[in-house]
Amino acid sequence: MTALLTVEGLTKAYPGVVANDRVSFDIAEGEVHALLGENGAGKSTLVKMIYGLVQPDAGQMTLRGTAYAPSEPSAARAAGVAMVFQHFSLFDALNVAENIALGMEHPPPMRRLAARIREVSETYGLPLKPGRLVGDLSAGERQRVEIIRCLLQDPKLLIMDEPTSVLTPQEVGILFATLRKLAAEGTAILYISHKLEEIRTLCDRATILRRGRVVDSCNPREKSAAELAEMMVGAKLTAPSRAGVSPGEVVLEVSELSLPSANPFGTSLRDISFSVRAGEILGVGGVAGNGQDELLAALSGEAPVAPGAVRLKGQPIGSLGPSPRRRIAVLAAPEERLGHAAAPDMSLTENALLTAAIREGLAARGFLKWPAAKAFAEKVIEAFDVRTPGPGNAARSLSGGNLQKFVIGREVLQRPEVLVVNQPTWGVDASAAASIRQALLDLAESGTAVIVISQDLDELMEISDRFAALNEGRLSSPRPAKGLTLEEIGLMMGGAHDMEVAHVAE
Amino acid sequence: MIRLEKRPQPSRAWTVAAPLLAVALTMVAGGLMFALLGKNPVDAIRTIFWDPLFNQQFASYSRPQLLVKAGPLILIAIGLSLGFRAGIWNIGAEGQYIMGALAGAGVALALYPLDTWILFPLMVLAGALGGWAWAMIPALLKTRFRTNEILVSLLLVYVAQQVLASMSLGLMRNPEGGGFPGSRNLQQYPAAANPELFEGTGMHWGVVAAFIAVIAAYVLLNRHMLGFQIRLTGQSPRAARFAGVDTNALVLFCLGTSGALAGLAGLFEVSGPAGQVNIDFNVGYGFTAIIVAFLGRLHPVGILLAGLLMALTYIGGELAQFMLGIPAAAIQAFQGMLLFFLLGVDVLSNYNIRLGRREIA
Repeated sequence: MTALLTVEGLTKAYPGVVANDRVSFDIAEGEVHALLGENGAGKSTLVKMIYGLVQPDAGQMTLRGTAYAPSEPSAARAAGVAMVFQHFSLFDALNVAENIALGMEHPPPMRRLAARIREVSETYGLPLKPGRLVGDLSAGERQRVEIIRCLLQDPKLLIMDEPTSVLTPQEVGILFATLRKLAAEGTAILYISHKLEEIRTLCDRATILRRGRVVDSCNPREKSAAELAEMMVGAKLTAPSRAGVSPGEVVLEVSELSLPSANPFGTSLRDISFSVRAGEILGVGGVAGNGQDELLAALSGEAPVAPGAVRLKGQPIGSLGPSPRRRIAVLAAPEERLGHAAAPDMSLTENALLTAAIREGLAARGFLKWPAAKAFAEKVIEAFDVRTPGPGNAARSLSGGNLQKFVIGREVLQRPEVLVVNQPTWGVDASAAASIRQALLDLAESGTAVIVISQDLDELMEISDRFAALNEGRLSSPRPAKGLTLEEIGLMMGGAHDMEVAHVAE
Repeated sequence: MIRLEKRPQPSRAWTVAAPLLAVALTMVAGGLMFALLGKNPVDAIRTIFWDPLFNQQFASYSRPQLLVKAGPLILIAIGLSLGFRAGIWNIGAEGQYIMGALAGAGVALALYPLDTWILFPLMVLAGALGGWAWAMIPALLKTRFRTNEILVSLLLVYVAQQVLASMSLGLMRNPEGGGFPGSRNLQQYPAAANPELFEGTGMHWGVVAAFIAVIAAYVLLNRHMLGFQIRLTGQSPRAARFAGVDTNALVLFCLGTSGALAGLAGLFEVSGPAGQVNIDFNVGYGFTAIIVAFLGRLHPVGILLAGLLMALTYIGGELAQFMLGIPAAAIQAFQGMLLFFLLGVDVLSNYNIRLGRREIA
């Protein structure tokens, strides 16, 4: 194998943190190479340097034998390096071909481009109609737009950042087939993920990053997922545990909940019915954008619904706003930490006040009790091991994982009867994720009805008693989580969206 | 190459130092401008910043003017700052100022020549109500029909000006005024007058109200749930909805309060320094207060200082025109520089500046 890209001693420091410390590795032509590491291990910084978004402080790269130092992404693209980002940069109101044309320096006439898109999509088994409006596409289809946008440049190296987080298991299978075909044609793929099973199925080699350094490399097929996890984290992980408690009475009952979407490209909730018992965890899976945010809003009270659509112990509460719901111990933690669950520029004390004022008695006759709010913030920081100099620090100064622990801890410590969380461990490192999951399990054990909305199936299988999936605003009927196969879960999530016709031309 | 790096949190030291640096920069740049105009820059700066307060000859006139001019600016800016903090943009304080003055003066003129102590409190109430009602128009339109409060409140300024003209020429015209436009002089109607409370200070009830508003706003923003909700809504609207803030109620409160305070400022002005309702009664306090609010970083104490500083540049500017023959446009440019530097230097409290070339490995 000849090395396509060689990276030697790349270093990049940000104020207060060395994101990459003398990172060296190489990628061969036609190789699927995994970059494995926890959040914050430096994967993103590394690929941003390769893609020209960030300039390294030191070190050099060689691409096909010549020095390679892209000063901007267009230079990287010209050199044959393409990247599919985790977050898509697409315009909802434009169609597929228009979106792709926007990303090109010299777009061909629309008709020629549409033909090219069709050709590439057929060759690689990524069905996509160039004339469709991006706003109408599923997350999986949007990703195909991004991939095709890259493939049109005929890249030598394709970087994929967490590509499967928005896909159903069936869609993952199709993506992998495409990637394998690309690799067989000689395109190298740099695959970033922290999902170990995927890396074991797909990748030829893995480079493992921890705290900005390359700590190991291996052939992932020869390692077990547990071994890979330990390499990644650098310590033994303990799986969350729970004592078997039999669920109590039904606490929260949702029946025929419908909620029209607030914006033209949002998802409307349709006829959602389920119930959760005391001490039970209901896992709600589904691909992003299938109504997760809307379901959380309907349960938290941000989007009031028909009174009878949501009942707490038989009492209709659907029309109550967030504050009255908090008063009766129905609490929630949204997905978006900065700007939704917490105000970025406010201190942790102020952010404690944000949801805990009512239940923790942090205000009297409207006047705020700052010492009490500070004490509550400190209690959350202490109990959930939030790493911060103190409660006076702004929420945005915390790392994602630490802020997430704060956001979850803030709700857990308010003794909820019902707790709804959306993506509780998104972007959180493995040990923090484990402690958040443990906290949710402990909470359920103490008799709270917990609803965990997540796109991480492994997480849901680990902690939920029952599992249901959101698909285009509908919820499948919940089934006991134990014994569900990946195949069944995939079908509950809607299978491969419009992919029945998909095939990879061999 | 200069790069800006966002600080993890705003720097406290810079928040305090930035305005001082801005004033210093304004003096340097303004001095340069005055020098180019052929004036002695040191003289010009001294005339603007020093003489109004400490020059033997002028201070006796200028010093009281400081409070007279700063009072309405502060009172209006405090009200505006509440809304601005929440992302609710009342641009029509000038109109609410006029309507407050008309409502308050209207009460006095209707009851003329009734002589009772209760008259002035009644006028105060009417003034606040007048401004409040005028601000409720954009508030209700916004909560009901999602209209843009910036446009509605701004356009209502021009309506208010027409009402003012009509009142000074018609209904409120002084019957004993020999046909001149303008109402009776309230300064000469003791029960309705808002006199200088202490000789030679410029202190009148409007200035007292401004100081009370500063304290009340400080308490509201720092110690009260409503103030917390205002700040939260401005910083993070989605988090505010999650926290259970009633956005419509907040719009009504913020627009209503800023309208009432602008109305009060108008009432105190018409019954005090201005004395009468007239076509040219409003001199732009409502618009200048927007600048004052931002100069003061929407912070009550900051607004207090910004109002005084703004008033000083007005008074000093007039003095410089009069004494040194500096053109009015140069004075305005000087005031513009002050605003420019204050807002420009503000970057320092949120960003680090890094000098040096970006290294490319």
